[in-house]
Amino acid sequence: MIFNKLSERLSAALAGVLSMLFVSAADAEYALNMTRGVTPISRDLYGLHMIVLWICVVIAIVVFGVMIWSIIYHRKSRGAVAANFHENAQVEVFWTVGPLVILIAIAIPATATLIDLEDAKTNADINLQVTGIQWKWKYNYIDEDLVFISTLAQSSRDVIKDPAGHENYLLEVDQPIVLPINKKIRFLFHSDDVLHAWWVPALAVKQDVVPGFINDSWAVIEKTGTYRGQCAELCGKDHGFMPIVVEAVTQGEYEQWLVDKKAEAAAIAESADKEWSMQDLLAQGETVYKGNCAACHGPTGAGIPGVFPALSNSPVATGDPAGHINIVMNGKAGTAMAAYKSQLSDVDLAAVITFERNSFGNSVGDMVQPSAIKNSR
Amino acid sequence: MTTITADDDHDPHAAHDDHGPDKGLTRWITTTNHKDIGTLYLWLAFIMFLTGGTMAMVIRLELFQPGLQFVEPGFFNQMTTMHGLIMVFGAIMPAFVGLANWLIPMMIGAPDMALPRMNNWSFWILPFAFTMLASTLFMEGGGPAFGWTFYAPLSTTFAPDSTDYFIFAVHLMGISSVMGAINVIATILNMRAPGMTLMKMPLFVWTWLITAYLLIAVMPVLAGAVTMMLTDRHFGTSFFDAAGGGDPVLFQHIFWFFGHPEVYIMILPAFGVISAIVPTFARKRLFGYDSMVYAVASIAILSFLVWAHHMFTTGMPVAGELYFMYATILISVPTGVKVFNWVSTMWKGSMTFETPMLWALGFIVMFTIGGLSGLMLGVAPVDTQYHDTYFVVAHFHYVLVTGALYSIIAAFYYWVPKWTGHMYNETHGKIHFWWSTIAVNVLFFPQHFLGLAGMPRRIPDYALQFAEFNMISSIGGFAFGLAQVFFLYIVIKTIKGGEKASDLVWEGATGLEFEELSSPPPYHSFTVAPDIK
Repeated sequence: MIFNKLSERLSAALAGVLSMLFVSAADAEYALNMTRGVTPISRDLYGLHMIVLWICVVIAIVVFGVMIWSIIYHRKSRGAVAANFHENAQVEVFWTVGPLVILIAIAIPATATLIDLEDAKTNADINLQVTGIQWKWKYNYIDEDLVFISTLAQSSRDVIKDPAGHENYLLEVDQPIVLPINKKIRFLFHSDDVLHAWWVPALAVKQDVVPGFINDSWAVIEKTGTYRGQCAELCGKDHGFMPIVVEAVTQGEYEQWLVDKKAEAAAIAESADKEWSMQDLLAQGETVYKGNCAACHGPTGAGIPGVFPALSNSPVATGDPAGHINIVMNGKAGTAMAAYKSQLSDVDLAAVITFERNSFGNSVGDMVQPSAIKNSR
Repeated sequence: MTTITADDDHDPHAAHDDHGPDKGLTRWITTTNHKDIGTLYLWLAFIMFLTGGTMAMVIRLELFQPGLQFVEPGFFNQMTTMHGLIMVFGAIMPAFVGLANWLIPMMIGAPDMALPRMNNWSFWILPFAFTMLASTLFMEGGGPAFGWTFYAPLSTTFAPDSTDYFIFAVHLMGISSVMGAINVIATILNMRAPGMTLMKMPLFVWTWLITAYLLIAVMPVLAGAVTMMLTDRHFGTSFFDAAGGGDPVLFQHIFWFFGHPEVYIMILPAFGVISAIVPTFARKRLFGYDSMVYAVASIAILSFLVWAHHMFTTGMPVAGELYFMYATILISVPTGVKVFNWVSTMWKGSMTFETPMLWALGFIVMFTIGGLSGLMLGVAPVDTQYHDTYFVVAHFHYVLVTGALYSIIAAFYYWVPKWTGHMYNETHGKIHFWWSTIAVNVLFFPQHFLGLAGMPRRIPDYALQFAEFNMISSIGGFAFGLAQVFFLYIVIKTIKGGEKASDLVWEGATGLEFEELSSPPPYHSFTVAPDIK
């Protein structure tokens, strides 16, 4: 029969696909299962995941086993004659109570792990405030007075059409967060615009960031290394392009990083006081534009009609500089335009405004100096 | 089991049947006949299924390899959103309403649905609703791009202008569903033939009765949610806007209070279909009829009590998470009862494996896989790792594609000889089954691995370690899509002609539609109530 031949061929194809699966499995074990992670919670979750997974596998084998047995032995072509039973109180009670017992066995460790998981409020060594912004993360080391924004690295953006061979594609950022190992870190989550979710699998932290609310979570990282994650809650156009990179280092390295990072921030703040040249502002402005503005207003300032306004020939970008400064710094209520005064430095704001006024066909010719931004804060 | 042909039984009323339907297009626009309306629903569902499927092909094409090659991220989000909305509201739900229209009157011994004019209206709203929804894709700013769950504030403050069309379309779908549900309840409770007690009704009728109550309970909640969105967008309210004192998480509570019963709306009628097919081809009475009815009712009641298991990462209090975890995993008990009953029905039966039985067996195996991954997702602490990843995508596609959709296709093969009087081509049906089943597993099984390895859902591009499984998944996706084009050919071919089906159709068939009616049945099924044994 044609059908039999075809089914043979299909089985061969299936075997091929399955062997593909197992070859990739051998190449990269991590790609098949949940990570064990590097925190006590992530290990607990991995353990719980494996327990529940095996319970499911055993149930599946038993159920499918009985079914396959029937399919083989209770088929009409083997001369099977249908029995006449259609109920049995005993077995029905058994397969109602049996699963209930299994569920209780799952619920007990799950409850303990969940209570641990939610214990963010006690004994935190470091408080890190994480703010989700379309489409980047702002980190505030509350106890250290250190704030910076982390966005997808330009090197990933550059290869977006053909990323083959680009290591850590879409999982690299311009400024990673650095955290010490063996300290209890409490994360405080908040959003400036829509929902996002901050997720680093190795840390077993996945928490929605919600405008108007502060959520928390915690981690004790036990191993130095670089841990990567992504936004997990649909947050608009560039949801897939706001990664997270955590570098876990020793306490000494962490303290050194804090010193360096603060010095860097101070240098940037200081540069706001000097007079900038047009050329320097345009160069800096282009970098800032690509990282912060291009996602909506487009690489050529064309925007997306009906959603994001164009910048070329826009009345704002070619009109009075005060209006332009105002909208970039304070955003526009009721729209996706964010208030950038909390995200960008004086220099970056001045540079990007100058850039927008003198690019994409706009040629106002004026300059906005960082000092002007500083005075409008 | 004896075959009684409808002709013997209904000759005195042949004259009545003779006036038949109108000719041409007006027949379909003005019809109040449950069979015509059932056909319309099924065709709408099929067109929507192919439309939503085309969108899935766009998604799988973009995800075929890393990098952005074919579509922009904004359009990708429109595709995922529209794919979800169209498949849920346009394909699965109307297909089950179509089956209900065709089957419920024949199964309970009624001439038609109780409210035939409303029946016409509840169908004809839908093409307009979906035209309106689809038209947003061509509007400035594009269509809805916030996921089929349309979480605020992405769907309010940050949404494109076309969102208002989406809101109005959802209202229309809701009105249609509620009218359909009222009709089903009125028909089942009032139009059963004498002797057809509730506990004698086929399970398909039972599952639809319960589904109809779920629809009436939750569609207004959805209407409330979209209305609150509308007033937030245009009339100065702040239900979901934190800046005005509102609560974005409130949206999720309202949405999932609708959304969780909604997923059972899409699976309970499937249970009814499988409970009809398995006994027929096992030639053995359904095991545990009573417990099946109670299981369906328990699942329906529990479905109202578990909504926040979709929200374990929103920052709920621990006590809330514990409650929703316990309630959620409890659902696996009645669901397990159903699977065990189907397997026991097969046990010591005398089985044959015609196409409907293959699809039903495929349903049982793969729905169970989806159910077991659902149990894993219900365990709150681990859900924090699974949530919003491809593991979830794999889970709900196992439940909805190899679950709900498989049952619909099984129902087509099982009842189409009755509806049209023509047998489908058995070889074609089997090719369709094996082709689809292999493809659908190549498509969705690797997505479990992707999710566990850390790939978030709803992303247009991904890191390189996810490349292999995404390519395999896309190949499965294209193959599965192609198989359904073959299905379209089978459907048209069967309607146009084929070997004449007997009145009983299947050796082991039971139920009024097989035992009392001809194939195809008369235009008005039962003008005289049948005797119920």
